[in-house]
Amino acid sequence: MSTSARYWREIPQRYRYEGAKCKSCGKISFPPRVVCKSCGGREFEKVELAKQGKLLTHTVIRVGPSQFADQTPYAVGVAELDDGVRMTAMIADVDFEELKVGMPVKLEFRKVRDEGEAGIICYGYKFVPVR
Amino acid sequence: MRDVAVIGVGMMKWGELWEKSLRDIFVESALEAVKDAGVDRIDSMYVGCMSSGLFVGQEHLGSLLADYLGMGPIPALRVETACAAGGAAFKQAVMEVGSGMSDIVLAGGVEKMTDIGGDGATFALATAADAEYEVYNGVTFPGLYAMMAVAHMDAYGTTREQLAAVSVKNHANGAKNPHAQYPFELTVDRVLNSVMIADPLTILDCSPITDGAAAVIVCPLDMAKDLTKNKPIKVLASTHATDTIALHSREDIAWLGAVAKAGELAYAQAGLSPSDIDLAEVHDCFTIAEVCAIEALGFFERGKGGASAESGETAIGGRIPVNASGGLKSKGHPVGATGIAQIIEVTKQLRGEADKRQVEGARIGMTQNMGGTGGSCVVHILGAE
Amino acid sequence: MAGIIGYGAYVPRNRIKVEEIAKVWGADAPSYKKGLMLREKSVPSPDQDVITMSVEATRHALTRCGIDPQKIGAVYIGSESHPYAVKPSGTVVAEAIGATPDCHCVDFEFACKAGSEAMFVCMGLVDAGAIEYGLAIGADTSQGAPGDALEYSAAAGAAAYIIGPGDGVAKMLATHSFMTDTPDFWRREYMHYPRHAGRFTGEPAYFKHVTGCAKAMLEKTNSKPSDYAYAVFHQPNGKFPMRVGQQLGFTKEQIEPGWLAPTLGNTYSGSSPMGLTATLDIAEPGDKIFMVSYGSGAGSDGFVFEATDELPKMRVKAPFTRTLLDEHKVYIDYGTYTKYRGKIRKGE
Repeated sequence: MSTSARYWREIPQRYRYEGAKCKSCGKISFPPRVVCKSCGGREFEKVELAKQGKLLTHTVIRVGPSQFADQTPYAVGVAELDDGVRMTAMIADVDFEELKVGMPVKLEFRKVRDEGEAGIICYGYKFVPVR
Repeated sequence: MRDVAVIGVGMMKWGELWEKSLRDIFVESALEAVKDAGVDRIDSMYVGCMSSGLFVGQEHLGSLLADYLGMGPIPALRVETACAAGGAAFKQAVMEVGSGMSDIVLAGGVEKMTDIGGDGATFALATAADAEYEVYNGVTFPGLYAMMAVAHMDAYGTTREQLAAVSVKNHANGAKNPHAQYPFELTVDRVLNSVMIADPLTILDCSPITDGAAAVIVCPLDMAKDLTKNKPIKVLASTHATDTIALHSREDIAWLGAVAKAGELAYAQAGLSPSDIDLAEVHDCFTIAEVCAIEALGFFERGKGGASAESGETAIGGRIPVNASGGLKSKGHPVGATGIAQIIEVTKQLRGEADKRQVEGARIGMTQNMGGTGGSCVVHILGAE
Repeated sequence: MAGIIGYGAYVPRNRIKVEEIAKVWGADAPSYKKGLMLREKSVPSPDQDVITMSVEATRHALTRCGIDPQKIGAVYIGSESHPYAVKPSGTVVAEAIGATPDCHCVDFEFACKAGSEAMFVCMGLVDAGAIEYGLAIGADTSQGAPGDALEYSAAAGAAAYIIGPGDGVAKMLATHSFMTDTPDFWRREYMHYPRHAGRFTGEPAYFKHVTGCAKAMLEKTNSKPSDYAYAVFHQPNGKFPMRVGQQLGFTKEQIEPGWLAPTLGNTYSGSSPMGLTATLDIAEPGDKIFMVSYGSGAGSDGFVFEATDELPKMRVKAPFTRTLLDEHKVYIDYGTYTKYRGKIRKGE
């Protein structure tokens, strides 16, 4: 469940795709971290992620949780963006047969989930195929 | 550290236990373990449970279960590492006995999963993944393992038939286990043609939703013969490692880093290598999970685990029998109880009490229990004295 | 005077054909196709709404002009299908494009002319020097009641304009607004679908206001239809804009480039603004463009633009409206359409 505060806190990542680039080793953490996973650095600068990348893996979820009922079945994948950042997202506007490891995708702003008819509407990024 | 031995085991038949509550199923299994060991007391207790709060709305299990077991006021602690909770509870018990703090300790596990609907169970299980960056974006557990499968297939040419063979093998074993939830045999065709859950995994590639509990009693090895008539089974290694909680953060999506690490540490602790292991109970929550686990544990080369079941190498009587109990797939997967049930199976095998599924001449067995997509992994090696 | 600095459009990939809708309701598809000049319409996926389409259209506009979003002082979204009844759409869009927090933001509603309203207000604020840049969006995921004539046309799409000082890609030469109280189409609070007054929506509503606004603008600018390279009118269907344009003395050739309704449907607040994005995609420097919107209730906003030398260089940086409309589309059946549009009553 996404309460307002919990949802709101992640807005920079979900709306603007902001990561944190380590000032000592250059690795981009997404979401931002306090301690750099690759070098232990503690100083970061805010960066916008690359908007394109390639699928590392994918699946089609045929039995989805209720928050995704209207979208089921839906494709999900892990992609590595051009800046090396890896993330999980739904893959929108895709014909399931065209899913392939290595497939180029870009980030698009979509409604990710619904907290029921009366709850907040949760937005964020999804992958869409680059055609 | 003192040497530690397993001296008692207890579990009842698993399944959809509509008439029994969480406390009922735990107490039954715990009493069975106490009876099997033949001890008249326990000094302390650990309970592995992933999510009683979400499944039945009950936290504070240590107190509840010690009370209903009639063992209060002993110290009792619930342990949680998602689906590896049972293995972690056992490790805590081993540490407590090994350290000399207590002599007779019960390690149990329990999960009551059917009191909540399917959607609730999916939600509860998904809390083992990254809530904000995986689950938020629609991922389910079958979905995450399906993505591991796609990555493994893409990198190594593993096939859906090979994955199905894992399920077929585990069901063949489970059919010989009186405690198994689904003790029936399967065919590759049936697995492949069952309903798709998350491509390429069908429902018969997935472990079920199960109510169940399991418990074991451990004590110092040198006290075992005074406490029990059972053959003591010595704990040769007890290790635990972690990996990123999010699958996408891993260098290689088809590789279980925490399993490899916990495995390496276990072999070093026991002074053994993979070829010394006579049987292994591994965490086959999905067919692909068994394939990845047996690679990470060194039974198969990286990328070569896919053909393991198809070739018969992991069958009872094969080179390295894996999941003689039926595994999570056939025996059932009451999440927090699974790690303890693995210890029970290996103990029974090493005692020579595994009946129709007995691995002949088994002297050393391994258990591998993991949480999430492998974010936590607990490995144990047990040996017959 | 203010000008258009950047522009962008967005169209969902789903389409439903007039025949597919007519089949379900036993209606005569050929007469709808001929009478309304509609062949198919766009349909949003369950994960698309006014906010998501606005963000993507705006990102195209920003890609084209390359301005710092922090310089955007106003974010206005015109729509009759804002996802929330209470809570602005614009705040999400402003946050997503990086325009917060020093920014004015409000959601507009005026049936199908809320988008041109947003453009009108941005231009006024830029001209007044109150803001440097303003973002004006027209977007809708409009709904027609099942079986109603509106169901054949109510479509989804968005157009975004960054309005700023100077000529930009198209300088604004004139504006005019024309409105009366005319209850031709409405939706009361808590109602799912709008209602309309049938043929009353034509002559005394659409035609009167579009014509009134157009004539006033021609007079204001002392120009005649032949002075314009292109003309864009609000498109509740394919027929009305063609007819009103020709009545005013514009030719089919002037209207056609921005005439999207036959294959897009009526994107309500996005309708004439998207007609303008399609026109800007092909206009040459010096071309004059005449645009009149229409919103039920009722009123029209009119604009005269002149394409600048910047336009051809800038427009290639983001997808053209016709490309979005014509390529990679997917046809869905009526069952899928009703699921996507939330028309199915589901279990609690």
